[in-house]
Amino acid sequence: MPRNRKLDASRLPTFLAALAAYVAGSSRRRARTNCDRSNLMQSTNVAHPILAVRGVSKTYEGGFQALKSIDLQIARGEIFALLGPNGAGKTTLISIICGIVNLSAGEITVDGHDIGRNYRAARSKIGLVPQELTTDAFETVFDTVSFSRGLFGKNKNPAHIEKVLRDLSLWDKRDNKIMTLSGGMKRRVLIAKALSHEPELLFLDEPTAGVDVALRREMWEVVRKLRENGVTIILTTHYIEEAEMMADRIGVISGGELILVEEKAELMRKLGHKELILHLQEPLSDVPPGFSDYDLSVSADGSMLTYSYDTNAERTGIGSLMRRLAEEGIRFRDLSTKQSTLEEIFVNLVEDRP
Amino acid sequence: MNLNAVAAIYKFEMARTFRTLMQSIISPVISTSLYFVVFGAAIGSRIQEVDGVSYGAFIVPGLIMLTLLQQSLTNAAFGIYFPKFTGTIYELLSAPISPIEIVLGYVGAAATKSIALGLIILATATLFVDLRIEHPLWMILFLVLTAVTFAMFGFIIGIWADGFEKLQIVPLLIVTPLAFLGGSFYSISMLPEFWQDVSLVNPVVYLISGFRWAFYGTSDVSIGVSLAMTLVFLGATLAAVTYIFKTGWRLKS
Repeated sequence: MPRNRKLDASRLPTFLAALAAYVAGSSRRRARTNCDRSNLMQSTNVAHPILAVRGVSKTYEGGFQALKSIDLQIARGEIFALLGPNGAGKTTLISIICGIVNLSAGEITVDGHDIGRNYRAARSKIGLVPQELTTDAFETVFDTVSFSRGLFGKNKNPAHIEKVLRDLSLWDKRDNKIMTLSGGMKRRVLIAKALSHEPELLFLDEPTAGVDVALRREMWEVVRKLRENGVTIILTTHYIEEAEMMADRIGVISGGELILVEEKAELMRKLGHKELILHLQEPLSDVPPGFSDYDLSVSADGSMLTYSYDTNAERTGIGSLMRRLAEEGIRFRDLSTKQSTLEEIFVNLVEDRP
Repeated sequence: MNLNAVAAIYKFEMARTFRTLMQSIISPVISTSLYFVVFGAAIGSRIQEVDGVSYGAFIVPGLIMLTLLQQSLTNAAFGIYFPKFTGTIYELLSAPISPIEIVLGYVGAAATKSIALGLIILATATLFVDLRIEHPLWMILFLVLTAVTFAMFGFIIGIWADGFEKLQIVPLLIVTPLAFLGGSFYSISMLPEFWQDVSLVNPVVYLISGFRWAFYGTSDVSIGVSLAMTLVFLGATLAAVTYIFKTGWRLKS
């Protein structure tokens, strides 16, 4: 697979099928060892969570059940990525936590404050960047961000607003009307509004949907800076690449159920494969006979031989492969290794299954 | 009490008023001036005095009320409807503010604007007719109570409306007819007895009657009844708003 393959939402069906397969697989493993289950539990329970979601369900009028008993805890200072397809319940969950949608059952606390009984304390800690570009039109950037700060009960602080606008490269646009801004700038205005009252918990609902590559990287930079300042971030995304780059933990939601919560590193370690790529001196037309024990493939032009191996296996087989290649007189001029991406993990899961 | 939020909403709404100065202030003043020219100067000179007041002066309280009702209502309705329409309501719903604070911000701004308009029209009226105000404090009281009540009513309409048509329909089909039939341009006592009784069902009758009493000391119904009815209507809008926020009706799913 090419290294920098462009990831997009069109790959999502594959990704989800892979996930379903993974979940089915993990339940089989659970039956066997019961250890995956405890891992899962460990990663949903954290000490002194900034956000605790317990048994939250949502059934919309008309009977559609958007969420089915969600349990989730978010640790202070982490970046949590919520993955899932359209209609999985990501936005519903965020909307409930932020007070935009009523919950049907369950309990949510933000920094220990119940979002219903103690909504003022809970909400004042939350910043929300919605998915849609819903901004005012005629207000200036500075005014709309100041408005948000006031709405969240904070006293005026032009210095803080200036800092937020500068961090988001919006300071030059402070006196512009929002309607004159580009889509990417409007997105940043929404982030500025969400940061205007110095929240401890920030929700970014698809922050990079419909945003070009340069701006996406800029957004990631913003998110990193925020994390350095101790802000806890929950982001939803279609881009698995994004989750992989940013997140400490990953949750996958599908059909209103949180089907997986896992440390990203753990997930990658458990399910990750590595590839050893040998750049050959003389091209091969096919995998040489006698190497069927190894998971080898030859590139189309025959110049590269790729060996896939499991990082968790007791023996990776690299040593023996090298010896065998030398014995066969297959020489190479360079080698490289490549770790599988989060997306590839899921894709591989599908491909590995009959 | 999140006073910063109330101030933020109030300021936001007032800024909207000043951005649309032409439509907000100047157009109501011009249309009311036209009423004075037509009913006060042209036709009014041929109508005898009503309750001892020249016709031109008689219609002033009614005209102010007419503008007050329409402007309070449409302003508050538009103020809360527009965020729903654009989606920016998410911020209002996710902010640490209580329903009372939201209402104070929106209704306060809408009422402020229509009271200012009422006073501007009053000032304009003095250019056309001789005015006297016998009970200025009562005049201010009715002005404020009516502006607040109808701003509340407008706020409810703004929440109820799910399209621009609904936003227009209540002011157009209900409030304007009620204001015209509520004695803006005539005394209820000029009507046949049957229609006098029918008029008593119209809440606007009490507002205009009380307001006119504050000017000239004459009224269709007693000032106590006027005040009581105004307060009842205000209470009803308050109850409706409380219900809306308690249930999230039309705001939250």
